[in-house]
Amino acid sequence: MRRQIPLLLTAIVGFVYIIQFFIPHRPFNIFEHLFTDWFLIIAACAIWLGVLNLLKLSLEKVYKRGKDWPYSVVTVAGFLLITIAGFFFSGGRQFQNPGTPFDYIYVNIFTPLSATMFALLAFFVASASYRAFRARTREATLLLLAGFFVMLGRVPVGDLITQWLPVGYRLSNLTDWIMNVPQTAGQRAIMIGIALGIMSTSLRVILGIERTITGGE
Amino acid sequence: MDSVFSNTLAAILTIGIISFLYKDNPLYKFCESLFIGVSAGYWFVQQYYANLLPKLFDNLGITRLLGAENVADGALQNLFVRGQWDENLLYLIAGILGVMMLLRLVPQIGWMSRWPMAFIVGSIAGLYFITYFQSNAMRQMQNTILPLNSFNNLVLIVGTVTGIIYFYFSKEHKGAFGGAARVGIYFLMVTFGASFGYTVMSRMSLLIGRLDFLFGTWLGLVK
Repeated sequence: MRRQIPLLLTAIVGFVYIIQFFIPHRPFNIFEHLFTDWFLIIAACAIWLGVLNLLKLSLEKVYKRGKDWPYSVVTVAGFLLITIAGFFFSGGRQFQNPGTPFDYIYVNIFTPLSATMFALLAFFVASASYRAFRARTREATLLLLAGFFVMLGRVPVGDLITQWLPVGYRLSNLTDWIMNVPQTAGQRAIMIGIALGIMSTSLRVILGIERTITGGE
Repeated sequence: MDSVFSNTLAAILTIGIISFLYKDNPLYKFCESLFIGVSAGYWFVQQYYANLLPKLFDNLGITRLLGAENVADGALQNLFVRGQWDENLLYLIAGILGVMMLLRLVPQIGWMSRWPMAFIVGSIAGLYFITYFQSNAMRQMQNTILPLNSFNNLVLIVGTVTGIIYFYFSKEHKGAFGGAARVGIYFLMVTFGASFGYTVMSRMSLLIGRLDFLFGTWLGLVK
């Protein structure tokens, strides 16, 4: 019972989405609309689950005075700060409007932190590429050259050092060509491969061949 | 005054994260923990107002029941006040599944979260089957069917076909097939290199944005 019902549920929902694509009429379109709303509600609960789990773990750490527990206090405080501002002091459904306390926290705390966190990756990527990029084989050389030309062609200095070449043959043009032709070709092969992989996996899940979602093997 | 405080706050947090480049330190750990907490809170509030409130509580009439005046009657009002069946009552099932998802936090009855999980997996499987078939498989194949009247078109066709051949593992990569797969690897390497360069540049532009904020908006050194 604990295994069969989830499998049945997966199959019904999956088939409804597939059938409504080919028969976009009643009752399938109604079911599809309803299931999409249900999906969003359950997905919201899944996000809540993740957040509540984070809080549970943080509070447990504080309670047990685990390693670096004061930082867990900061996590909980940050959560409470934006949550209380969003639920009680930001005008309900207009919580994201400019000027609300929620928006203030978003603009002055969340945005700088997230933007800097992602910007930091520039250094790590540069450091990793310095270690990993060695033109030892033909494939590695191609990887290195493509990356090098794309990076150099995207900044003004790229065109500056190829200024002696006629317009249309400078580094930025080479970069555009790499991005539009060989890169697009490789990307298409990857996308088609991914699509076929996802389609076959989806079918396995819907038909109940793939059962790991129910906790079994 | 307010903007000075806001900018200083944002600048301290920016410097806190950047300080990790020197080494792991208490200021970075503080900023990292704050980021985790604030992100979690942001999604908590956002999901409530974007999905739970309009799709679940409004449709069922719970918002109205709790005294909200600018919201229309929901399914519960229609059923119990007017005695009419309202198809929005079906959202109760989604609500129950949502609660079952949250029950994962209670280890004794955590298995109940398999039902909503199965719903999510089924939805994603059905939806992805269609969207990937349409946009990734068919559309990409359609765009690759080009006239062989230019060098670029030739490169596009050869690159796509040989790339797909490389991903075909049911036949051993030997002979002409292996040669084609080898060409496919070359195209894939160019793709990975270009994607890498593109990613680095996007991260760089983010970094420039933060430095511009620090030296321009905050300190006023860059005009």
